[in-house]
Formats: sequence, structure tokens, C-alpha cells
Amino acid sequence: MTDARLDAPLSYVRVAPEPVLPAPIFSRGALAWMRANLFSSWLSGALTVLSLALCLWLIPPLIGWATFHAIWSAPDGALCRAHQDGACWAFVAQKMNYFRYGSYPQTERWRVDLTEIIGAALIVWLLWPRAPRRAIGAGLFFIAFPILAFILLRGSDWFALPLVDTVLWGGVFVSLLTALVGIVFSLPLGILLALGRRSRLPVVKLASVIYIEFVRGVPFITVLFMANFMLPLFLPDGWAPDRFLRPLVGTALFAAAYMAEEVRGGLQSINKGQFEGAMALGLNFRRMMGLVILPQALTLVIPGIVNNFIGLFKDTTLVSIVGMLDFLATVENAFKDTVWNGPTIAPTGYAFAALFYFVFCFAMSRYQAAMERRLGRGRRR
Amino acid sequence: MADEGDQTDSAAISMAGVHKWFGSFHVLRNINLAVRRGERIVICGPSGSGKSTLIRCVNRLEEHQRGIITVDGVELTADLKRIDAVRRDVGMVFQQFNLFPHLTILENCTLAPIWVRKTPKKEAEELAMRLLTRVKIPEQAGKYPGQLSGGQQQRVAIARALCMNPKIMLFDEPTSSLDPEMVKEVLDTMTGLAQDGMTMIVVTHEMGFAREIADRMVFMDNGEIVEINAPKEFFGNPRHERTKMFLSQILH
Repeated sequence: MTDARLDAPLSYVRVAPEPVLPAPIFSRGALAWMRANLFSSWLSGALTVLSLALCLWLIPPLIGWATFHAIWSAPDGALCRAHQDGACWAFVAQKMNYFRYGSYPQTERWRVDLTEIIGAALIVWLLWPRAPRRAIGAGLFFIAFPILAFILLRGSDWFALPLVDTVLWGGVFVSLLTALVGIVFSLPLGILLALGRRSRLPVVKLASVIYIEFVRGVPFITVLFMANFMLPLFLPDGWAPDRFLRPLVGTALFAAAYMAEEVRGGLQSINKGQFEGAMALGLNFRRMMGLVILPQALTLVIPGIVNNFIGLFKDTTLVSIVGMLDFLATVENAFKDTVWNGPTIAPTGYAFAALFYFVFCFAMSRYQAAMERRLGRGRRR
Repeated sequence: MADEGDQTDSAAISMAGVHKWFGSFHVLRNINLAVRRGERIVICGPSGSGKSTLIRCVNRLEEHQRGIITVDGVELTADLKRIDAVRRDVGMVFQQFNLFPHLTILENCTLAPIWVRKTPKKEAEELAMRLLTRVKIPEQAGKYPGQLSGGQQQRVAIARALCMNPKIMLFDEPTSSLDPEMVKEVLDTMTGLAQDGMTMIVVTHEMGFAREIADRMVFMDNGEIVEINAPKEFFGNPRHERTKMFLSQILH
């Protein structure tokens, strides 16, 4: 009905249905998209042009540095010192094994490879939504894998695997191990702390609040130092954990406090009716939380949780401060090699390290997005 | 009134001298009410009169501070085992449905039977499908609550409560948050349930429905029971002034 004049008749009865029309041409397609997103106003247009110019100014030299002018293979640093306008990938290639294994004995490195392959396979099994029997995958990953990894990496007389002291451990697998331990332990610990903080039992609540506020109130480095130097003081003689284990404990405990606040945010956003609905059906506290409340609360805070995981992964670089040789520490150690010494070595090493961290963090971020899409499906109103 | 709470043995629910306070606010004042097995009670009254609080005390979503509440022979105390036992046998339907949005309709219905009653999954699903058929929405079993209309959601909530095979059903304003055209489908479901002999306490403003199914009407105001009567008497010849006033306000 388009007749909106005041002198139109007061009553109206439709005789034919209004046709359904396609949307106007300018609201669709690439041109419409550009007009809406890039040139919607003079200011927006100017910023678009400026950004484009900035990209053109910065990106080609960077690509040139990383590819065309780069040295891809060389026996030592001489060639790299001669070509200072490009990256020295030869250095990375040469040091790759050191980056991956640290000082782990050459002949035993297959054990690290095997652990990594098994771990990666189990993670894929666990994270791939349509994988069969994910419960078994979870059991293997959370129970069997840690034992296996411990035996493989550290060694055991029973399996005729020579002991490898943790002093020799280093590189990528140490970074991945630290991050994995932090991630796997911080989430359940964080959930317990979040529930504790909401508990009606005053002692449990107070303990949770004190823990969370204390850990959040001190820098990660302080927690690492405390785990490293004070943990042995609190425990009886002979109980002092391995110097490699201490930072792992510190990392997990630190991350748990942040995770707890994230989870608490999720719990708070769950409607009271959900609790009442579950209680009225006779579900006890544990089942109510496990089956009704936490699945919803955790889904709501996936972005925050993954954000914490990403932060945790990058924070693992700090464990080098208490003497753990993580990936970044091996890269920096390699700079000291006089054979490769040169002005392009450090930029190349750091670029490689950045790429390494970016790949892992970006993967987590993409998985998060996919997960949100999957869980959001069918639940929106 | 005073001896209502004494019939503990034969009563499905008995409340004797029940008081409750929210902080210093006296929300339930000396409630005495016994509900016989198979009896249908409709509670009405102005908002804030304590109707919802009263039925929420029956399955201990709210705890009472004085008096005795006995449900199916079990006295409600702080003992969690007793509370669980009572909740297993008392179904409740809420104003806001309170379906679990992360589970499908079928999973909503089978959750409690599987985890609380330990019913095998297959059996629980068969039961759920039977009850979803009874509330006339078996075809929605695979959907999520968010994809259903309000009336459909409330019927699922009724089916979900029935899946626990309850002896008593509590309804807390089940049609108050529904669009007008969906009220009837929910009331029809409840009428069917009443005809099958379920013990029911219903808090509602639907007086037509109340007149049809109630064995007794309970009128509450200011946290106290003002009048209890058979519906015919209650609507035809209300005795207390406050009842008369309330009825004149809602029945035009």
C-alpha cells in the first residue's frame, strides 16, 4: 500500500498480494561493499587511500627482505654478512635442530619427535568435533599421554630408555610442553576456583578469593621466581620438585587465577532460572553444574578462555628467566655463535620466532571462531 | 484452618504453621494447607502476595524458617538427601520455562531420568517421546528450545517434568509470559493432566481454567491465606472482603 495521502479513503481491503521484489542492485555486490565499507564518507575515503599507501610503502620492502634478498643456504655467516639487505634464513636452517631440541642428545631426539607426533594426533582427535569416540581420545590425552610423554622425554630404565636430564631439554618442545601443561591444568583449576569464589561456604570462598586476588596481584615473573625458589622451602627435604617442573607448576597456578575470573564471568551470566530448572528436576549440585550450568557458561566465555590460552602461550617465553631453555631462549642463544655472527642474524631469528608464535596463536584463534560458530548454531533465538 | 496441616499421613503435601521471611520482610505468615492425593489446588491472589514463594517452598527452591512442610511423607529440612528425594517426585513448571538452551528438546526431557533416575538412555528416550507426543510436539524433539514458540516451550517444560514420573506437579504462573494466542494450548495440556488425576498446585490468573479444574481455590493476600473454598463457592459466593475485592478486579 503506497497510497499515503490524507485524502485517501479511510478503509482499505487488499484484493491482490503485494509482490516480493529483489533488493536494489546497489545494495549487493563488490561495488556496493566498497561504497559501504571503504568510501562511505570523505574521511573514510581519505583513510582508505592513506592505508593503501602505507601498505604499498611497507609491505614490498618486507617481502623483498624476507624472500628475494634473503640468503637461503650457506655453510656459515660470511654470505649473510656480505648481503645485509636480506634475511639470513640459512642461519635458521642450520640451527633448526637446536631450536627444536635444545641440547637433547642427538641419538635420543626421536623420542621428542615421537612425543610430538602422538601429542599432535591426540589433540586433533580431541579438538575435531566430528572425530569418532572423542571420549577415548580425551582419556588417552589427559591420562595416558602425560605418562607416556614423561617416560619418553625423561627416560626410564624399564623401557631401556637412557635418562635425559632436564638441564639438556630446550627449544620448541619445551615451549609447547610448558604451554600444554599450563592450558590443561589451568582450566579445571580455574573452574574449581570460580565455583569456590561463588560458594556459600565462607572458608572455601575466602580461600578462593585470596588465591585469585593474590596471584592476579603479582607479576608472572614473581610467581615463577616463587615457584622456583620458594616451593622447595615449603616442601620436606627430598620432595623438592625437579627444577624443570617448578616453572610448570608456577605457570599453571598463575593461569588458573585468570581462568577463574573468566569462568566466573560466564557463571554470572547464566540466568537464575537455569539453576532452578535443574534443581527442580532433582539434579544435585555436581550434576547441575556439570550438565547444565558449566556447558552454557563455558560456551559463553570461549573468547575469553582462548584469549587466556593465547596469552599463556606467549607468556611461556618468560620461563627462560628461571633457567628454562624455551624456544625463544634457544633462538637468542644461537645469536652468540661466532660462526654466524652478523647484523642480519638477530632480525632473522626474531622474525622466525615471531612467525612461530603467530602460527600457533592464529591457529588457536581460528579454532575458537569455528567452535563459536558450531556451538552458536541452532541456539540463537 | 488451624487443623488443616494435621492430616500428614493421607496428604500429598502438608504445610503446618509455615513462616518465611525475606530479610526482615514477612513473606509467608502462618500457612496451613493440606493437599490430598489427586487433589487440584489453584492459588490466586494479587502480585506480591506470596503465592509463588509458597509453592517454591514445596520443593525447597525457597526454604521456610518456621513450621513443618511434609511432601509425600518426607519432612523438608536442611537435609540434602530429603530435598533430593522430594525434588525427584515433585515436578515444577516455571513462568519462564527454564528449558536448557544448550540441549535439544529430547535431551532436555531425558537429562534428569538418565542422571537422577538412572534410566537407560534408550528407555528414557522412549518415555520422552511418549510424553512429547502427549503434549503434541513429538516432531520438535531434535530442535533446540530457542527454535520453538513460547507455548511449545512451555509444553516441553511440562513434558520434561512429567518424564521424572512425578507424584505432584507444581505450576508457577505457567501462562503469564506467553503471547495470548498460546495460552490455550498450555492450559489444554494442563487440563488433560488434571483429568488423569495428577496432584497439582497451580498458581495462575486464568480464572476460567481454575473454575474448570480446581477442587479447591486458595486466595492469598499479604503473605497469608485469606480464603480456601470450592470453586463454585469461591467464585459464586466469596466470603472474605478481600476475596470479593480481588475477584471484582480481575473478573470484569
